[in-house]
Amino acid sequence: MSKTTTGFTNKLEIPTPREKLHHPMDRYLRTERFPHIWCATCGIGTILTAFISGLEKSGLEQEKVAVVSGIGCSGRAAGYLRLDSFHTTHGRAIPFATGLSLGNPELKVVVISGDGDLVAIGGNHLIHAARRNIDLTIICINNFNYAMTGGQAGPTTPIEANASTAPYGCYEFPFNLPFLAESSGAVYVARWTALHIRRLAKSITEALLKPGFSFIEVICPCSTLYARRNRLGTGLDLMKFYHDNALIKHGADTREIDIRYQDQIVVGKFVDKDKPTFLQKRDKFLREKLGEKFIPYKGPQPI
Amino acid sequence: MTYWRVPLDLDQVEIPHGNIQIIVNQCKGCGFCVEYCPKSVLAMSTDFNRKGYHYPNIVKRNLCVNCNLCEIICPEFAIFVTDDKPRHPDPEEVLKGGGNHEG
Repeated sequence: MSKTTTGFTNKLEIPTPREKLHHPMDRYLRTERFPHIWCATCGIGTILTAFISGLEKSGLEQEKVAVVSGIGCSGRAAGYLRLDSFHTTHGRAIPFATGLSLGNPELKVVVISGDGDLVAIGGNHLIHAARRNIDLTIICINNFNYAMTGGQAGPTTPIEANASTAPYGCYEFPFNLPFLAESSGAVYVARWTALHIRRLAKSITEALLKPGFSFIEVICPCSTLYARRNRLGTGLDLMKFYHDNALIKHGADTREIDIRYQDQIVVGKFVDKDKPTFLQKRDKFLREKLGEKFIPYKGPQPI
Repeated sequence: MTYWRVPLDLDQVEIPHGNIQIIVNQCKGCGFCVEYCPKSVLAMSTDFNRKGYHYPNIVKRNLCVNCNLCEIICPEFAIFVTDDKPRHPDPEEVLKGGGNHEG
């Protein structure tokens, strides 16, 4: 049992492992819930490994990191991580994380969720959290459809791609997520695929240590729905596709990196700039206006 | 890469070596580790695990260079690598070009 500076205590007990072998990442995982529900050749597990490895490298304490996720395949990530985590309602991961981050500024709050959760139903929350530059790290796992509910077309489904609600192919214009995040005011924007695992882990470390709203889009193979409906093979075939078609272009103009169906995917770190966060800006502004009358919020106090 | 003679500093060369551990019953047989191992250390087995998936087998154990790629790419947390003593390359192996390049 360890005591945090805020006076709260956290129990972090390591459970008895399932087998004799201890995976080195077991201390970050709720191993009693394993094996996880993700399909064979799904990339979300790989992204979770990258997150844990990025978290280890960042040197943040396990008690000081909270993970929030929404609904969907990737929403399960919070439940599998042995960190303070919460599985929120559909689309409301960012509002919950905003409250958590503002209520306890010591915490590093990470949102791991999918494209359908963060960009479709939670789209408004995403742009406003980015606009306010709240100290959050968003990992948006993009598998191009609503995979948990049966492969419906979503806001990121590329034109021509087949989905269960688009049997002749999707004809809507999809979102370009890095452009959306950058134009809304995010200070760190990157895009990787589930194959660029080391670069993704490095990017996650950078995003965790960056104060402000950081957004990482991760392209993830969906073997059971997106790949099956579009006759693209398994997740392994999609990984090979990423290997052949991903172009690393750091600092690329986010306006020109939209994803077309089975076409080149531009990946890399696109935006990394410094901007005062919501709390820094608020404190500075109110101190100027109110002078000595202003009492800054010091986080939760022990009772 | 092949050499026409044994390099003179061969006794000073150390190749990192890892010990691969596979939690067989946690594997879902995606094949990521087999496909992306840079030294082709792993191969898919013909056996099934408890869940009915084929799992990876270690076929060229001594070629592992402890890069940890299998550990980080595995979506199931079913494979990991522990540090092992670095090994010295075998002179005959170096002349044949084996052991130090992709298998």
